[in-house]
Amino acid sequence: MTTVALPAAGSTRLGRLIVTARRFRWSVLLAGVVIGVALVAAVWPGLLTDVDPLQANPLESNAAPSAQHLAGTDIQGRDLLARIIYGARYSLVIGLGAVLVSVTLGTLLGLAAGAGPRWLDQTICRAIDILCAFPGVLLALVFIAFTGPGAPNLVVALGLGGIPGFARVIRTQALVARTSDYVEQAATYALPGWRITLRHVLPNALGPVPILATLGLGSAIVGSSGLSFLGLGPQPPTAEWGLMLSDSRNYLRVAPWTGVFPGVALTAVVIAATVLGRHWQRRYERRH
Amino acid sequence: MPQLAHWSRPATAELAGVVADPPARHRRSGRRLYRLVGARLAQAVFVLWAAITVTFVAVHAMPGDTVSLLLGENRDDPVLRAATIARWGLDQPAWAQYLIYLRRIPSGDLGTSYSLRQPVAELIAQSMVPTFQLAAAGLVAAVVIGFVVAYATTGRLPLLRPAANTLEIVFLSAPPFWLAIVLLAVFSFKLGWFSVIDYRSAAGLVLPAAAIALPMGFYLAQVLRDGIDRALEQPFALTARARGLSWAGVRRRHALRHASLPAITLIGLIAGGLLGGAVICETVFARPGLGQIAVAAVMVKDIPLILGIALVSTFAYIAASTTADLAALILDPRLRAGAKA
Repeated sequence: MTTVALPAAGSTRLGRLIVTARRFRWSVLLAGVVIGVALVAAVWPGLLTDVDPLQANPLESNAAPSAQHLAGTDIQGRDLLARIIYGARYSLVIGLGAVLVSVTLGTLLGLAAGAGPRWLDQTICRAIDILCAFPGVLLALVFIAFTGPGAPNLVVALGLGGIPGFARVIRTQALVARTSDYVEQAATYALPGWRITLRHVLPNALGPVPILATLGLGSAIVGSSGLSFLGLGPQPPTAEWGLMLSDSRNYLRVAPWTGVFPGVALTAVVIAATVLGRHWQRRYERRH
Repeated sequence: MPQLAHWSRPATAELAGVVADPPARHRRSGRRLYRLVGARLAQAVFVLWAAITVTFVAVHAMPGDTVSLLLGENRDDPVLRAATIARWGLDQPAWAQYLIYLRRIPSGDLGTSYSLRQPVAELIAQSMVPTFQLAAAGLVAAVVIGFVVAYATTGRLPLLRPAANTLEIVFLSAPPFWLAIVLLAVFSFKLGWFSVIDYRSAAGLVLPAAAIALPMGFYLAQVLRDGIDRALEQPFALTARARGLSWAGVRRRHALRHASLPAITLIGLIAGGLLGGAVICETVFARPGLGQIAVAAVMVKDIPLILGIALVSTFAYIAASTTADLAALILDPRLRAGAKA
């Protein structure tokens, strides 16, 4: 992700060419490729493998990685690579769903706080402080204790924890937009407050949201796999990364690959989301 | 520049703004300090009260019969039903129930876990010990890692910084439970250095604590390093160099001190979140503790137990972050001058 500085670049024609080439960030391209492959795996896993992720084969239980099974097999002889490919769907869908919940509720609260009256601002800020006081994992655990395990509840449970971040940013952005010239201009046309808020404040407050969402996707995916790992998400025999890692714990001595590869996939997607998000963030900050 | 909350360092963006404020008059900062400390304590009490209220509302907002919700699988036991109704005051109006609840929780009466047939406070007190050991070991290790990595990477050794950057992004992105699994596979099964079974001994604490400390430590290092970089750009760094202090001396005696302030706030947040973070770590290493009873409680829908654990963790979080904020206020006069009470 980082480049090591080379001496005397940019002094010659060739040097300038090298500088231009170096400014091109391989890490960002790589991150895009990882996310792209994960998306393909989530939408159309059959394109990447024709092995059935649920096909058990007791004769090949815990087989080491080989030409036939690139990532080895698990205790039931299921192909690990196929399971990882099919597992992308759960992680991405739950992660994206959770971010969507955070963005929607966070934007609503942040906009109401930033553009609304002062008492509303105060109330919402205090409410967000309270939400922050519940540590993320526990908030999700309490929510699932009340509503029961399963993917939809997982999405909401994880989404709740992400609300404060979005709400705070949107609020700050809305406060800036509210004092801007174009909003004052709109006010001189005697437009009603809610229309100014929706037509002028909201679009201008949304700027950093895609960046935050990309960065948040990583932590949402980690959170979702963590809860699945605890057995609170999709149930066996579903191919889900957290669940696969949870199964691997009992066979780490004989089949360490079952505990490594799903985690590699998980980490690669999270790093890719982070790298892309940070790249956008840098570009956004340079423009503003 | 618009305020962009960075995903991995929520506290520092705000704090940086506060720290950057120019120091105002210090003469009256004594009285102002008391006022700020008082305000911060009041805020902590308020959040605590709100957290208790939220759990009360959550229990009562659930559809269906509250007694059955609290009793779980024992909902048909008439004796337990009567006891629960009496304890929660469920035969009284809602405001009376709330007052009963508000009086009960701070006195340590968190109800009874019906899945384990034991008072919740007792259960938590028992499980707290191993969790606290793990959290404390993890926190100490994280602070050591943070300071060592930050100090090493702000020097002029090439390659250290990119190496640390790569490690940072890996440790901060990898799911903690996967990190724990990999540590287990490598150091316990492959190399056989640490036994997985004896969770009581100090050796059994090494891997779980490392699993907690590595991400936290590198996170802390990131914040500290940004702080050191910022401090080194300040005029006083140049002055110190001009006085003949070595580059390492400037970093150690001046920059590190300045950078420690945001780190204190962050350490408070980390410490507060440790109890929650220990949940997953304990599951991987099959250690007894709060995490294990929390997961078990969610599985069997033991509402009093899970709410008790949530309240205790919230209390720990508030206590830790308040302590850190107060420490920062006392250590740095600029915060007193710049902060708006």
